[in-house]
Amino acid sequence: MWREDFPAFRDSSLVYLDSGASTQKPFVVLDAEREFYETTYANVHRGVYPLSEAATERYEAARSTAAAFLGANPEETIFVRSTTEALNLVASSLIRHHLQPGDGVAVTVAEHHSNFVPWQQLALQNGNPFTVLSVDQNGTLPLKQVEQALVKGAKVLACTMVSNVLGSTMPIRDLARLVHEHGALLVVDGAQAIAHMEVNVRDLEVDFFAFSGHKIYGPTGIGVLYGRHDLLEDLPPFLFGGEMIAEVHVDRTTFASPPYKFEAGTPPIAQAVGLASALDYVTTIGLQEIRSHEHRLIQNAWNRLSPLPGITLYGPGPDNRTGVLAFTLEGVHPHDIAGALGHDGICIRAGHHCAQPLHDHLGIQATARISMGCYNTIEDLERLEEGLKNVRRLFLGAA
Amino acid sequence: MDPLYRETIMDHYQHPRHKGELTCPTVRQHDANPLCGDDLTLDLEIDSEGLIRACTFHGHGCAISQAAADMLCAEIMNRPAREILAMSKEEMLGILGIPLGPVRLKCALLAYKILKMALVKHLGQEGGSIDET
Repeated sequence: MWREDFPAFRDSSLVYLDSGASTQKPFVVLDAEREFYETTYANVHRGVYPLSEAATERYEAARSTAAAFLGANPEETIFVRSTTEALNLVASSLIRHHLQPGDGVAVTVAEHHSNFVPWQQLALQNGNPFTVLSVDQNGTLPLKQVEQALVKGAKVLACTMVSNVLGSTMPIRDLARLVHEHGALLVVDGAQAIAHMEVNVRDLEVDFFAFSGHKIYGPTGIGVLYGRHDLLEDLPPFLFGGEMIAEVHVDRTTFASPPYKFEAGTPPIAQAVGLASALDYVTTIGLQEIRSHEHRLIQNAWNRLSPLPGITLYGPGPDNRTGVLAFTLEGVHPHDIAGALGHDGICIRAGHHCAQPLHDHLGIQATARISMGCYNTIEDLERLEEGLKNVRRLFLGAA
Repeated sequence: MDPLYRETIMDHYQHPRHKGELTCPTVRQHDANPLCGDDLTLDLEIDSEGLIRACTFHGHGCAISQAAADMLCAEIMNRPAREILAMSKEEMLGILGIPLGPVRLKCALLAYKILKMALVKHLGQEGGSIDET
């Protein structure tokens, strides 16, 4: 619907159904970054000359935009390079400095590797019990199971808001309340949620929430971590270097207050400016509007794909899912589906989508996956349906 | 027609000549490409002259990885193992004759990689026995 806002679609034959991996960029984001580099660029928080002051103002304004987008305060809003870096930061700081020996770490089997491997590895290194909670076929996380893990001593639950394979949404607020009743913390991977539904970290009562700029029409190399202020005050820094210090002496260093304590080195300044522009873009359209648009698309996709012979669609029905849909086609390897569609200008993902534990759990090696953005149209799905029929003809000799 | 799935590739994928297992392989080698779930085992029968007398593959994977395995098996039959060990990636890709991006390159080269592992294993052992005599 907002296709003309994106230069990538000047190629009118492009069918881009891989926004779950990364979104295309609108003109406004590209323009904002370019304008910033051309007129306002200098390093931030250092120079006292006007150009650096102007750059710092833009960077901090971007922080305020990101904070407002999440319903948080700027002091609780840390710029990182990606969701992956944010989750590594939280996993490292919590496991090394917040958890007591014997405190458990729980994740779900539906996590993206970026919210799985850091917890697994750091728990192993630190000797903390590591629990993997299974999800049902619909990608729902049963609260009972979470409660059992908490009773057994889990002090952190790391959970995605939306499964990047099943398209299911986790009951984040219920989880937060349950986790807090047991004196534990909830860390939410918001990468697959941020561009598709309204997120308010206060309403959701989460302790940490991370997302990447490139999944919400913004640049690569920038991500946001929200952390509850008292927790950020307590936690030690993750990376050391410039920008994050208060005073450095030969024998000791004191650190800046949050969020700066967690922003070592020159940050991704122009990317922060670009991200703010992307968040403004999404706010202008309205996340409700985007959500219902993508909902219409996924219902349409479901109706087109489900009658195809030999197809299996994974996760909940079209009414209870976001714009992500993973499937397999009997007799055709997912890579061949994506490869053949790619030749027709239809971009979809194939593989385990960085969620190997979930694929093992479902007993499958790989899936093909479509995922929606605001720029997708019903015509894209017509092309997809036609493309899949061609794939069946090519590989199975059947329509 | 997608050049990636040109006729010869589809033919080798759908009607493989060398798919199966050898009952008594001289060397058997397995490897996988976990990213896409390609999983291949290669069986070789190498005679005392060092000639590859039989060659089969089994496992599962995408059309590119399966067709590449079949075409590679056909290519190396009755040729000296030492000569095949020296075969370059470019030669392998020449056999396939399709344009490949960086991701699909891994699919295309899986059988080649397994073949090299198998030959290193076999010739290494042979080398060891020569040293003893």
